[in-house]
Amino acid sequence: MNVLQFIIQNRTEVLELTAEHLWLVGASIVLAVLIGIPLGILITRWPVLNKPVLGGANIIQTIPSLALFGFLLPAPWIGARADRLAILALTLYALLPLIRNTYTGIKGVDRAVVEAGRGMGMTDRQLLWQVEFPLALGVIIAGIRVAAVISIGLATIAAAIGAGGLGEYIFRGLAMVNNQVILAGAIPAASLAILADVSLGWLEKRLSPH
Amino acid sequence: MNDPYDHRPAIQFRNVSYRLDTGYELLRGLNLEVQRGETLVLLGRSGSGKTTTLKLINRLLVQSEGEIHVDGRSIREWDVIRLRRMTGYVIQEVGLFPHFTVARNIGVVPQIEGWPADRIQNRVRELLHLVGLEPQLASRYPRELSGGQRQRVGVARALAADPEFLLMDEPFGALDPITRAELQREFLALQQRLGKTVVFVTHDLREALLLGTRIALMEAGQLVATHTPAEFMHSTDPLVAAYVDAFDTNLNAGFKRGPS
Repeated sequence: MNVLQFIIQNRTEVLELTAEHLWLVGASIVLAVLIGIPLGILITRWPVLNKPVLGGANIIQTIPSLALFGFLLPAPWIGARADRLAILALTLYALLPLIRNTYTGIKGVDRAVVEAGRGMGMTDRQLLWQVEFPLALGVIIAGIRVAAVISIGLATIAAAIGAGGLGEYIFRGLAMVNNQVILAGAIPAASLAILADVSLGWLEKRLSPH
Repeated sequence: MNDPYDHRPAIQFRNVSYRLDTGYELLRGLNLEVQRGETLVLLGRSGSGKTTTLKLINRLLVQSEGEIHVDGRSIREWDVIRLRRMTGYVIQEVGLFPHFTVARNIGVVPQIEGWPADRIQNRVRELLHLVGLEPQLASRYPRELSGGQRQRVGVARALAADPEFLLMDEPFGALDPITRAELQREFLALQQRLGKTVVFVTHDLREALLLGTRIALMEAGQLVATHTPAEFMHSTDPLVAAYVDAFDTNLNAGFKRGPS
């Protein structure tokens, strides 16, 4: 029996796991965007916070994913359900590319343009929302793109703590020493990653000035 | 706004110094007055402190010592946003917003000032005409314009909310000589009509002589002298004479190297 046949035969389960996978990734990316972009903007305004914020996000990245899941387990409300736990961990991982790209995107806006805006009497808020943020948007989307691709891969590990997703097949296949089952999880996950990469790449291009 | 009976200087520097955080002094003991309706040219070579002086006026930089008065009021008492909105600002790199159309670029200050949309639209049309641009350019993006057109948009943008003052930092510096001469001529005509108080930064003596009602020569962070163009050419001040000589020599050397 080849992989394709296996997937077709178990299509309801595959779809269910894919939906779970998307929920984990989608929820964590939305959270990471809601936290990461404001943080990225914040550190362009208060350079003192630059090092601690980026340093913190960097450190989180270095924690192995299984260990991070383990660390978060005792957390009160979060530890109660595996999917909450997985979403939190994935959010933390997605923060770095979002904060960093927001920061470098805004800092990378042409100095002459920023100076012209300031010289014309834009308030800091006007400068941010009318000039800096729109011009940094391409770079910020690139950050979301990196975060999404990483999250789709990492979310397979979430199955280890029972959060579901396509990792279920991978772990099940590993236990059964069955490559087909492993691939039934790996191929859809890889496809999701490629799809996210291509579509966000398209968006990045559309929203970049020039 | 341009009250002819108001004889207070429009802009006044008293003993102004500007130091970097490192302690390096970019400007020392500057005393300067800009009269209402005149075009004061700050002339000098790179690093002489011209641009620094200009940026102190709209508080993009804040002086380390001394007092700057705009409209008779200390610059520290001004609401900085108000001050900047009544001060048009044109820079060499133009700094047009690449994601805005020409019309939106020109209408930026009126828009942040909260003008109604139709009034902004009329004003944009008026300004395009004033700076000699075709009305159909309004919907273009800056990248679709030539250097000369972009600089015209920059001037139109600075004039949009009818500011009292105009600060221009080598606005024609990056243009080819023919476009540059064209824009200089138009600036003169425009200035004759509008009578703004202009502070104009350049290192080009010819431009200074052509556009300035007075020329303030700067050197190493200090003001050397302030002269009318006629006085400037005949000044015996060694630094002024050196500047004039350098230009003459350049012109002549260029001539002699020409057809031989």
